[in-house]
Amino acid sequence: MTDLIERPLDTAPGDPHGAGDHHGHDGGHDDHGPSGILKWLTSTDHKVIGINYTVTSIIMMVIGGAFAEVIRAQLASSTSSLVTLQQYNELFTMHGSFMIYLFVGPFAFAGLANYLVPLQVGAPDMAFPRLNALSYWLYLGGSITMLLGFTASGGPAAFGWVGYAPLTSAVNAPGAGPDLWIGALMLTGFSAIFSGVNLVATIFYLRAPGMTLFRMPIFTWNMLVTGILILLAFPVLTAGLVMLYCDRHFGTHIFEVQGGGVPLLWQHIFWFWGHPEVYILALPFFGMVTDIIPVFSKKPLFGYKGMVFATLTIAALSLGVWAHHMFTTGAVLLPFFSIMSLLIAVPTGIKIFNWIGTMWGGNLHFSTAMLMSIGFVITFLIGGITGIYLASPPLDFFTHDTYFVVAHFHSVVMALTMGAFAGIYFWFPKMTGKMLHEGWGKAQFWTLFIGTQVFTFPMYLLGLHGMPRRMAVYPNNPSWQNMNDWASVGALIIGISTLLFVINVIVSYRRPIIAGDNPWDASSLEWFTSSPPPHHNFVALPPIRSERPVWDFNHPDKPALGHGHGTHAGTHPPTSADATKEVAGS
Amino acid sequence: MMKQESIILLLLGAFFGIMGAVYWGWGHEDGGGVMLLGAFFLGLLPGFYYFWWYRRSGGNRPEDRDDASIADGAGVVSSFPSTSIWPFVLGSGCFFFVLSLVFGIWLTVPGVILILSAFIGATAESRRGGDV
Amino acid sequence: MLLAGCQLPSFGAYQGASKTANDTYKLWQGFSVAAIIIGGGTFLFMCYVMLRYRRRAKSDSIPKQTQYNIPLEIIYTVIPILVVFGLFGATVIVENQVVANPTPSATINVSAFQWGWKFTYPGHRAVVIGQTTQNPTMVMPSNEDVRFELRSLDVVHGFYVPQFNFSRYAQPGFLNTFTFNINKPGLYKGQCTQLCGLYHSLMYFQVRVLPPAQYRAWLAAKDATTPLVNSAAQNAAVGLATSPRIPTNPAQSNGGN
Repeated sequence: MTDLIERPLDTAPGDPHGAGDHHGHDGGHDDHGPSGILKWLTSTDHKVIGINYTVTSIIMMVIGGAFAEVIRAQLASSTSSLVTLQQYNELFTMHGSFMIYLFVGPFAFAGLANYLVPLQVGAPDMAFPRLNALSYWLYLGGSITMLLGFTASGGPAAFGWVGYAPLTSAVNAPGAGPDLWIGALMLTGFSAIFSGVNLVATIFYLRAPGMTLFRMPIFTWNMLVTGILILLAFPVLTAGLVMLYCDRHFGTHIFEVQGGGVPLLWQHIFWFWGHPEVYILALPFFGMVTDIIPVFSKKPLFGYKGMVFATLTIAALSLGVWAHHMFTTGAVLLPFFSIMSLLIAVPTGIKIFNWIGTMWGGNLHFSTAMLMSIGFVITFLIGGITGIYLASPPLDFFTHDTYFVVAHFHSVVMALTMGAFAGIYFWFPKMTGKMLHEGWGKAQFWTLFIGTQVFTFPMYLLGLHGMPRRMAVYPNNPSWQNMNDWASVGALIIGISTLLFVINVIVSYRRPIIAGDNPWDASSLEWFTSSPPPHHNFVALPPIRSERPVWDFNHPDKPALGHGHGTHAGTHPPTSADATKEVAGS
Repeated sequence: MMKQESIILLLLGAFFGIMGAVYWGWGHEDGGGVMLLGAFFLGLLPGFYYFWWYRRSGGNRPEDRDDASIADGAGVVSSFPSTSIWPFVLGSGCFFFVLSLVFGIWLTVPGVILILSAFIGATAESRRGGDV
Repeated sequence: MLLAGCQLPSFGAYQGASKTANDTYKLWQGFSVAAIIIGGGTFLFMCYVMLRYRRRAKSDSIPKQTQYNIPLEIIYTVIPILVVFGLFGATVIVENQVVANPTPSATINVSAFQWGWKFTYPGHRAVVIGQTTQNPTMVMPSNEDVRFELRSLDVVHGFYVPQFNFSRYAQPGFLNTFTFNINKPGLYKGQCTQLCGLYHSLMYFQVRVLPPAQYRAWLAAKDATTPLVNSAAQNAAVGLATSPRIPTNPAQSNGGN
């Protein structure tokens, strides 16, 4: 069925915003549609797809996390035989692959983003709903394909989540496991590309009247830039995967020296995708935290335009730094990649200072969402600063491929995970109509935050002492065991935090606290409609005169100071005179 | 309309072009050079298209105007397919097709059948706007 | 553990056994000081803000709605840019020292393979070769510029000696050249850092640095005891078959590969 959707009604301040009236409007559609599992299989509603992605990606996180606990159990002693050498290689390959390709990526650009972007711009759905649904099915198919690797007789892929040639050749990595890994990445790659198309098209074409680009919430801005990065980067990975498959099966020698190929080319292609990929992973969480911190500071975001500038700068620079992952090849232009990588610190710093500036002078409420956001900022600060070291080739020469790098990126991704939970605690009420319990939430936060630091700090030291990464055993350096044990304890604490989250979800459904439309007194458009929103999202929309339309509607006496500076002409919070004009005009 | 969007894309594309020229000229590494050239085009192509469209249309969409009211956008927004089995069918077809790369060419048969049905079905669905 | 982590003044890194390694160490220290000032300062400031502006007694009062401060934003854009250029400048100076290849007084060829190391001395018959825990020990002179030519016989490996503050990839079809001038004789541990398959965890080697006279004595003695065979026979003698590879002395056996 195809619906022709009309723009929602107009609403003035003081009007009840009619969220309860939706039954008359499109209750009729719901009666005729499919039901049960067929409804789920045929849904093109961005909210359903967003929840599908969120739940599936969290399941992938739990699976990837289980692999991590086995890895840390193995590393708790220097010559453990908990797993064989081959199994260990498979474990870290699958851990990295599940976490990056199947959890953080899809959660970031297709989970909450799918749910929120149309709501935040005032649209009824994504621009291409069927393409959106296809994205999810491709992602699910890719996840299943990755899992099928465990059924291969030679085991799943064991060459690391980055799959460097020539270790991935048919000779060095025979069997179905590696091919399933390649296939999984092709499916999830196309899934991502289609999500990128939808993000950019929706933001370019479906914004509500008055929602200029510079009035969008920063989360949506970040999703726009993420969408553009996806379109720039993912096709490169897909091309590389096709080349790899051809080398493995069709006798080409693109990456094999014997036929005149260049193994190094794989690294260039992979990292040209791989570095923008980490920003594709990070920008959505930057955006979430940027939407959350102002709400719990009861102030507008500090430096909105600076944030937009910083995000665009990060995106632009991120395409020019890929070979900082290849400093030790001896084959790349060191100073170019070094300066570009160091420069990315600048926009990242701007964002951190703007977050602090938002909290300065505010009235800070430390809800779980706010705690997770602050945990994100602190942990990302650590990860970002250790990244600065890695941007200097001489310093990278002795830290590359050691636990220092492992610690760096785990600081960063654990920060992203805190950002993910910040988003979940903040938007769960909107998506389900119930609040997540704050007590369990705070317990989860403290275990996650403390566990993360206990996990990563010993690994920084191990790397500096010379422990390389991807070591199943370390018999020639038994003194490393002490730090490894601390890291394993940290990993265990992180695992407990995940358990606390699951408990919280169960408790919150068993003993629900009804959320209401806007439990946090937040400012963007999704908080104007019901929790959860009706089909096609909005029965009515408030006037949009700033980046905080719902705040302006609820607190017309408290506009942002400096309102009207350059971003919007001749504005002031809507008054009753405006209201009369608007109603008369409709 | 679309003026700010086109400027974002054009600026990004131009930046990639400059970065690519510096990198390729200084480093003489062809892989990265070609990829940055691609990024340059990816920014410029839609960027110029949107800019040309903006010039041609000359108008301001309600969502680009600071002072637009919700009523300005009254009327049909667009058509949105509400439920459709075809994404699932197409996704399943792609899944089988990828598995054929691993487990054997016979899997392309269900894959291609599902993919073709999905294309036909989805097109018919769009044209008719009704249940298929 | 926290106090052990501080590790002043080294901030965790090795001082390095050569001048360039020591330069790298000093660069590390410089970066660490900057990191602590900027990162630590930001963190402490955040803690202060959170304490000072925390909500008291569930008050819902709405504070001043400040949205921007252009001069401040410019300051915290420009200062980081200057810091970045400072770090870059220091980086380039050290980097040029580390990657320099002055005329050497000795050359050693390093070949990495699954899963061991082979060291040969051009112009000499001496060969040091071993797999995994056989831990082949390369010998080199101290206080001389020694050039290394690093290559791989199969997949990408990583040549890493922590106390030289250095690592470099060994890649098939690509020759990497670098120079060490080690000023402290001793025995240094090395290991492969780039995932290269099943026994990657056990691909050990050592570097014995001897004063030049002793080194030359060692080399002459080694030449005398090394039979004149071709490269393939040398490889075969330690079980380095071509394919499939079967390790001769793995620390762990398993049913894989």
